[in-house]
Amino acid sequence: MKKIGLRLTFAVIVTALITKGVFAFFSIRAERDSLLAEVERHADQLSETVKLDTEYDMMLNHRDRIRESITRIGTQPGIQRIRVMNKGGSIIYSSEASEVGKTVDKKAESCYKCHSAANPLERLEKKERSRVFRPRPESPRLLGIINPIYNAPSCATAACHEHPRSQVVLGVLDVTLSLAEIDRAIRRGQVRIIIFAGVAVLALSLIVGVLVRRWVDVPVKALLKATQEVAGGNLGYVIGSRGDDELWTLAASFNVMTQKLAEARMQLFQSDKLASLGRLAAGVAHEINNPLTAVLTYSSFLAKRSQGSPETTEDLNVIVRETIRCREIVKSLLDFARQSVPRKAETGVNEIIDRAVAVAVNQLNLNHVQLVKELDRALPKAVLDANQLQQVFINLIVNAADAIGPGGGVITLSSRSLTLSAAGTVQIKKAVCPKRHSLIDEQVRIGGKPAVCLKAVQEGREALVYVDPMYGVRTHRHGLPGAGAAKTQFSCPQCQSPLDAQGRACPDCGGAVYSFEVPGKGMLDGCANRDCGWQRWAEVDSVGPRLFIEVKVRDTGCGIPKERIPLLFEPFSSTKGQQGTGLGLAVTWGIVDNHDGTITVESSEGAGATFTVRLPAKP
Amino acid sequence: MKKRDVLVVDDEAAVADAARKVCSAEGLVTDTAQSAAAGLALLDRNSYRLIVSDIMMAGTDGFGLLIQVSARGLLTPVVMVTGFATVQNAVRSMLSGAIDFIPKPFTADELLAVVRRGLKYETLRCEAAAKGASASAMFVPYPRLYRRLGHVSWAVPERDGSVRVGVCDPFLKTAGPVQGIDLLAAGSDVVQGSRCAAVLGSDGLTYSLLSPLSGRVLDVNAGAVPALVGKDPYEQGWLYKVLPTEPGPELEQLTICKFDIL
Repeated sequence: MKKIGLRLTFAVIVTALITKGVFAFFSIRAERDSLLAEVERHADQLSETVKLDTEYDMMLNHRDRIRESITRIGTQPGIQRIRVMNKGGSIIYSSEASEVGKTVDKKAESCYKCHSAANPLERLEKKERSRVFRPRPESPRLLGIINPIYNAPSCATAACHEHPRSQVVLGVLDVTLSLAEIDRAIRRGQVRIIIFAGVAVLALSLIVGVLVRRWVDVPVKALLKATQEVAGGNLGYVIGSRGDDELWTLAASFNVMTQKLAEARMQLFQSDKLASLGRLAAGVAHEINNPLTAVLTYSSFLAKRSQGSPETTEDLNVIVRETIRCREIVKSLLDFARQSVPRKAETGVNEIIDRAVAVAVNQLNLNHVQLVKELDRALPKAVLDANQLQQVFINLIVNAADAIGPGGGVITLSSRSLTLSAAGTVQIKKAVCPKRHSLIDEQVRIGGKPAVCLKAVQEGREALVYVDPMYGVRTHRHGLPGAGAAKTQFSCPQCQSPLDAQGRACPDCGGAVYSFEVPGKGMLDGCANRDCGWQRWAEVDSVGPRLFIEVKVRDTGCGIPKERIPLLFEPFSSTKGQQGTGLGLAVTWGIVDNHDGTITVESSEGAGATFTVRLPAKP
Repeated sequence: MKKRDVLVVDDEAAVADAARKVCSAEGLVTDTAQSAAAGLALLDRNSYRLIVSDIMMAGTDGFGLLIQVSARGLLTPVVMVTGFATVQNAVRSMLSGAIDFIPKPFTADELLAVVRRGLKYETLRCEAAAKGASASAMFVPYPRLYRRLGHVSWAVPERDGSVRVGVCDPFLKTAGPVQGIDLLAAGSDVVQGSRCAAVLGSDGLTYSLLSPLSGRVLDVNAGAVPALVGKDPYEQGWLYKVLPTEPGPELEQLTICKFDIL
């Protein structure tokens, strides 16, 4: 009984059994009582009929006729026995001839009612006149009814002078009916009711079982499986939703939770990796710098002292030069680990590309790479950190050269300006509620960027809605399946301040609209409907399409396998083995992101790759 | 007490030996110690004109050694060396009283430059002491409210938010006679505690000038020739106008020039 569905079904069956049982018990009893009352009434009527029928004969003292009458009536089916007793208990007439003349004991069931008291009762209610009894244990039940025969004036004055006037009760008419037929009817009724109750309970159990299985068992089983998967470390497990009731909403929230967990773990993992790298770089710097110091000091010292031999001096100078190069590499490693803040100034992107090419040219010659520049010389200026951007282009060129390998190939560098609409190019980096709480949730990332988190309440149910931080990109994430319907209310997850757009509805779908402030950049309205996702950001929209500088680095190298593309900008995802630090593209991504730009890659295995960097141009 | 020239303290024997070789080749009597404790033991026995100490060492580190030296009342100038060349280490060295800071790895000439400058400093201090004057009397006095990194470079905030940067007179006097000054181009970046200019001595050595703060060079003083800089290092002889990256915290770290005491 570990399954909640089974328990629920069992509880329902037990309840149904009890209620049905009680109902059956009372209905059987009521039916039995009403049948018995009917028989009683019938017996009484019969008894009265017999009495009336024989009254006249009794007056005339026609004993043979009375005997004849009683014997004949007594042969009727269902009538067990009819007899008349005098006051002394002697049976005067009976449908069973053998009984006549016998005296009945006052303790007998037919006499007991009146003769139990010291003075015999003279009048009895109908109910008290009847009795149900079983002469022998194996015989069917019988219903007997006694009918006292009272002294009438005509009796006392009759010619026979049989009865004195003072006598009140002259005798008793005792009619006994067999209950065999009635008992059979009662039993049939009982069986019928029990069968009906049983079928009803069975049907109820079946219906409840099926519904519980559908509404409880299936989602609980899905949730159970999901929790086991997550406990086992599979944070990518998603429960396929099949409804919108509370359990499926719970499943949807569970999905959001695991996704959040996975992202948090990824974040932690990434920052942990970067922190380890920082420690590693610092440690390496210290450890390498000591031996390098000895090499550099000795070699430069020797080079100075070996002035007499130009050849030796030359060789020593090579050692000095190369050691100084090592020094620069270590220094740049430390600089990477520190991740300096960009120092932006108005710069021409083409000039930066030219400088990057000049730095990377040695490696290109080594790999027999032909470099083609297709630069748009009329490119607008941009405000950026020239050194960091140079690093970006060097990384991309060196990566391209590595992808080409020693066989040779072509790298094409192109630049152009283009205008893009705000949708998909502007990131919501800050968002606040009216009480200035930040709505940005660093833990939940959509497209790698922290999402905007709102609380949605719909018909008493509440959940979080994550808005895609890229303006106009509609990959929002919902914890509430129906969020966005007209009655949804939005609020700050921290202080519950309302974030509704004063009753405005979405112009596309009529759904509920949320509204929050982007500090310094006005209000942003949007529709949370899963299928709509409409947004309006007046301040950004009013600027219109924006000018961007696009730089493409295209190579004819080995290309990138599809499954590696999502990992490409992760630290330490390098496939270069000992050649690289595994940081190049992660740092590149960080720099471009710091400049509010985007970097994307298109590639197919064996067909080269194209990295596209887009940076906002100076308006 | 024996008179010696240079004490090199470094827990890396190869580095200490290399440094000794370079100094000995210049005719300097040099001792090495592989820990701060061993160095202090030598300082108790001999008198040195200059101490060159590593920062990161097991046991007492370079800063601890610096404290012990001044606790002993020694005025011997100290040059700090480190393989862990961070801005913090450089600035902390200068604030702790070191006269210069040199990141590892260095060439023989780079080491020689800081050693020569340190010895010259000591010579000037001794000369002044012999005359009964304070050492500061020999240098152009610091203008009030300038901020300095050791006695190497100075910085003063301008009204427009930029910072004027120059070289301190003690640095020039100890590096000099100055043949030329190598400056960065406008637009270059400078980092606090890292080299921002090179002073060429008449001995053919290059003396690295550490920047007092980080930022981007907005303007370079075209008139910063050795003659002018030597004559008026704090006004006409400024080197750069810098747009500082973090003016607040970085300027806070520098020493305010209140008293002209060396």
